[in-house]
Amino acid sequence: MYYNVFGEKVSRKRYKEMVNAQKNRRELIAARLHLRRDLLKMGLLTAAGTLAAKTGLSARAASLGASPLPINQPASPPTRPFIEPMPVMPVKVPVGSLHPAPTVEPNTAAGEGRTRPHQALTMFPPKKFYIVRQMAAPIQLSPDLPPSIMWGFDGMVPGPTYVARYGEPILIRNFNNLPEDNGGFGIPSPTTHLHNGHTPSESDGNPCDFYDIGQFYDQHYPNVLAGVLSTHKDEGGDIREAMHTLWYHDHRVDFTAQNAYKGLAGFYLLFNEFDTGDENTGFRLPSFPEFDIPMMFADKVFDEDGKLFYDLFNLDGVLGDKFTVNGKIQPFFQVHPRRYRFRWLNIGPSRFYEFFLLDKDNPNAKLPFWQISNDGNLLPRPVQVESVRLGVAERADVIIDFSHYAGKSIYIENRLRQVNGQGPVPPPNDLTPPGQGNLVLRFDVVLPPVEDHSRDPAEITKFYDLPETTEEPRVTRTFKFDRLNGQWSINSQFMDCQEPRFRIQQNSVERWILMNLSGDWQHPIHIHFEEFQLLSRNRKRPPVVERGRKDVVRLTENERLELYFRFRDFLGQYPLHCHNMVHEDHAMMLIWEITPEGDTILVP
Amino acid sequence: MNKVKRRDFLALSAATPLAGGLLTGGTFLESHRATLSARERVRQRYFPNVTVVTHEGKKVRFYDDLIKGKIVTINMMYAHCADVCPMITANLVRVQRLLGDIIGRDIFMVSLTLKPEMDTPELFRQYMKGYGIGPGWTFVTGEPDTLELLRVKLGFTYPDPEKDKDDTLHIGNVRYGNEPKVLWSACPGQAPTAWLITALSFVTPPPLKRKLLSIAQSVRAAQK
Repeated sequence: MYYNVFGEKVSRKRYKEMVNAQKNRRELIAARLHLRRDLLKMGLLTAAGTLAAKTGLSARAASLGASPLPINQPASPPTRPFIEPMPVMPVKVPVGSLHPAPTVEPNTAAGEGRTRPHQALTMFPPKKFYIVRQMAAPIQLSPDLPPSIMWGFDGMVPGPTYVARYGEPILIRNFNNLPEDNGGFGIPSPTTHLHNGHTPSESDGNPCDFYDIGQFYDQHYPNVLAGVLSTHKDEGGDIREAMHTLWYHDHRVDFTAQNAYKGLAGFYLLFNEFDTGDENTGFRLPSFPEFDIPMMFADKVFDEDGKLFYDLFNLDGVLGDKFTVNGKIQPFFQVHPRRYRFRWLNIGPSRFYEFFLLDKDNPNAKLPFWQISNDGNLLPRPVQVESVRLGVAERADVIIDFSHYAGKSIYIENRLRQVNGQGPVPPPNDLTPPGQGNLVLRFDVVLPPVEDHSRDPAEITKFYDLPETTEEPRVTRTFKFDRLNGQWSINSQFMDCQEPRFRIQQNSVERWILMNLSGDWQHPIHIHFEEFQLLSRNRKRPPVVERGRKDVVRLTENERLELYFRFRDFLGQYPLHCHNMVHEDHAMMLIWEITPEGDTILVP
Repeated sequence: MNKVKRRDFLALSAATPLAGGLLTGGTFLESHRATLSARERVRQRYFPNVTVVTHEGKKVRFYDDLIKGKIVTINMMYAHCADVCPMITANLVRVQRLLGDIIGRDIFMVSLTLKPEMDTPELFRQYMKGYGIGPGWTFVTGEPDTLELLRVKLGFTYPDPEKDKDDTLHIGNVRYGNEPKVLWSACPGQAPTAWLITALSFVTPPPLKRKLLSIAQSVRAAQK
């Protein structure tokens, strides 16, 4: 049987047409027949400019409602949807101790790749230690595809889930056990960023802190609230800055997209006395791990013979035509008829999503659910939504109550149209009609009823208050994101590991203006280390789900965003970058630094 | 439910395109791919072994003679380009001077023309003289169709077909890579010179890597 990317059955003939259409366009262009006059000459293009309705040529375009994939990219072989369960990543288990023991100074003699001393190792001594190895492993993303050699933490894709608690510092020893032979893409000198930990610079996973095969790197995660050494010393940090859904991923400068696409990503959950992981205590959110499930969305593409493919020379953004959740293409997930918390994360490399719930028997029915957090930070209170839009690296924790759907199947459907690395199709044509998007995952509400002690989000009136944004910023800086002759730039300059572009005074407040004057590109912008509040989009208040703390913001065409920050506690260098990983790799990134003095460069 | 048989989808994906006779490069028996090395897959997809003409007027094969077995930079330009090309060329000239005989021995530079109908070997030689460009850097022209194929294969494109026609909108990046190791990335042609040299170090083996990093460091020291 054959399926299109929506998971709908299609005839063999139809499938053949889809493959042909895609292939034809690619080869036509490759043969330099894409110029209008040539196509006209060949009788393949009508005077109106549409491809002639020859068998095959427009089939894929018609069925996708979109233009075909970039020309160097293959169409993935067919895979059957919803035949494998969604995996849930195992919780990472600590070790008793590390040998040699972690040191403040880099242990170069023992093979550590770190270059700077730990700032806070003795201040926040680790209570747990972990060993993780970046290594290659055969990974099968669908039973209909052969395994591909991917790179994973402990050889797993996605990597294991770290479960951490505020007040319980940890140290992770990363070993680079990657192979010299990259299998076609990726570079075996990684650096792992904990997105978006309040982490000292030397443990942040800075893009420039990569290390070689055979080396290790100790990353110290204090698991402290912002303000712990400054504004909220006495309370052990500002509780309003609590973060709960983090993730870790490779951040190797110039090669992040390749390495993360190859599998180097996983979840890091951070609990505290309010978000406890136990639905009988604190905010009473569904219990981890039974009813609190991380979901990592990653689109992939496969070669003609089913091997994972990455388009090396595409600098616009790489899109897949297969939708994976937790490392499986279009899986199903069996649930009990009760409330679940899902932690949705889009790891790109370049695609944006807008997820809806779909009842296929009644596609026009609106199926609301609750969004409780944005980028892993609980919103002031739950917001009932019908959809969630996620740029690359954005997260949303949602609560879905399956008690309404006992015995049924409900799909996660991506209705956001996107045909290339420029970003999603702009409104008003951005969304497909219900039932015509990409079916990414199927929930089967088939497990028996069980008790549900979690609180109904409708009854939750408050999580944390938002930190105030009344203090006058020390400086307002402006950043313009642009494509200069094909070069991805910030303020007309390019990434350089060695030259921090500006310096922030430790423990100060700043306002940043992000500008995108390009008419046709969108950029999910990520700032390391500190959460910001989005004060405005084009001088208007942002939508309610964005009135929280964030670390990634979608900067759409011709937009001006206003961000409010408070940079606290630690010193050192961090990046600001576009999280379309392809843009990021090709220099839409800069390094800034927190210093005791700071500077006042307005357009860094 | 029937499992999709492997040979079925292999056969399907190898299905003859409708306009069989039109297709020039890139078709091959898909069923043979499973045994291909990663390097060979990348070669087949991105590096057509087409005949091009160098600034010396020699006919060479793009892959065999300019890319195969080498650490290379690849960029696109044309001699009369007054926009961004002169700045990128000047930056690459600085790279060449700073790296000295590394260029031509360990690392090679390739510049492809966007205007093959104008850029003759003769014109390129004048252009190189004007910039003081030394050996190890090949300027490439040839049949317009061939250069267009290389442009598209190497991703010097804009997703909007109308804007793709504007040569200034997509040529700013320099591809760099190590062909046998299948390490490929790209960097802005207008990036700081020291950063371009640093980026090259990402794809070079350790002794040369150290050399490049120390050159990059001295460039920075000199700027301070």
